[in-house]
Amino acid sequence: MSEELVFRFTVDGEDFTSAGQASVQVKKNLRQLGLSAEVIKRVSVAMYEGEINMVIHAGGGIAEVRVCESYVEIILDDKGPGIKDIDLAMQEGYSTATDTIRSLGFGAGMGLPNMRKYTDYMTIESEVGVGTKIVMRVNC
Amino acid sequence: MTVRELSRLDNFSEIILPDPDREIIGGYVGDLLSWVMGRAESGNAWITIMSNVNVLAVATLADVSCVIIAEGVVLSEDVISVAKEKEINLISTSLPMFEASVKLSEALR
Repeated sequence: MSEELVFRFTVDGEDFTSAGQASVQVKKNLRQLGLSAEVIKRVSVAMYEGEINMVIHAGGGIAEVRVCESYVEIILDDKGPGIKDIDLAMQEGYSTATDTIRSLGFGAGMGLPNMRKYTDYMTIESEVGVGTKIVMRVNC
Repeated sequence: MTVRELSRLDNFSEIILPDPDREIIGGYVGDLLSWVMGRAESGNAWITIMSNVNVLAVATLADVSCVIIAEGVVLSEDVISVAKEKEINLISTSLPMFEASVKLSEALR
């Protein structure tokens, strides 16, 4: 039986310039494992969006990627402010990002929708004032 | 058309081309990074006026063939050195994004 591989990253909430590093590393790792280009792209887009969200909204967090036999799972866990209205946050174009964030090219309100679009399974658990946990899977 | 060939057209110039023989397959224009992430396709030449380092993460993840920095926007040395490290092709053009797109489209025909 093959054992699953787990990559774990701490996403630094202060550092906008390094945002995306975990996703880029995951992309490299998955490429080395020989996963298909399609799966790699979907995982890395979903993960990047999640990573950026954690930097913009939550002051960082933990990202974990588990490579299983039939899917890749991404778990994003933060202790940020939580999402008040998940349905609203899932709408394309809805964003609570500040103007400064927008001037950097973020805050298009496409983060969560992209994460859903690029994954086969996604759940969001969030409590205001406590944090948010997102689990996503991309089938191999 | 390769990235190097594009960089030699009028109004375009090389910033750095670590992978000059990469083939360009279509193009994408946009400045909202999530939008580009979600919609640009592998091999596209991405035209933008964004110049911060996050552009490089998006370029890597979206697997674009090159980033064309339009409107004569100047990149900082820091950004260029990260691009070198990540082997991202960067091209500069003084053209606005619309004209740059038209030129790219003609060149790809």
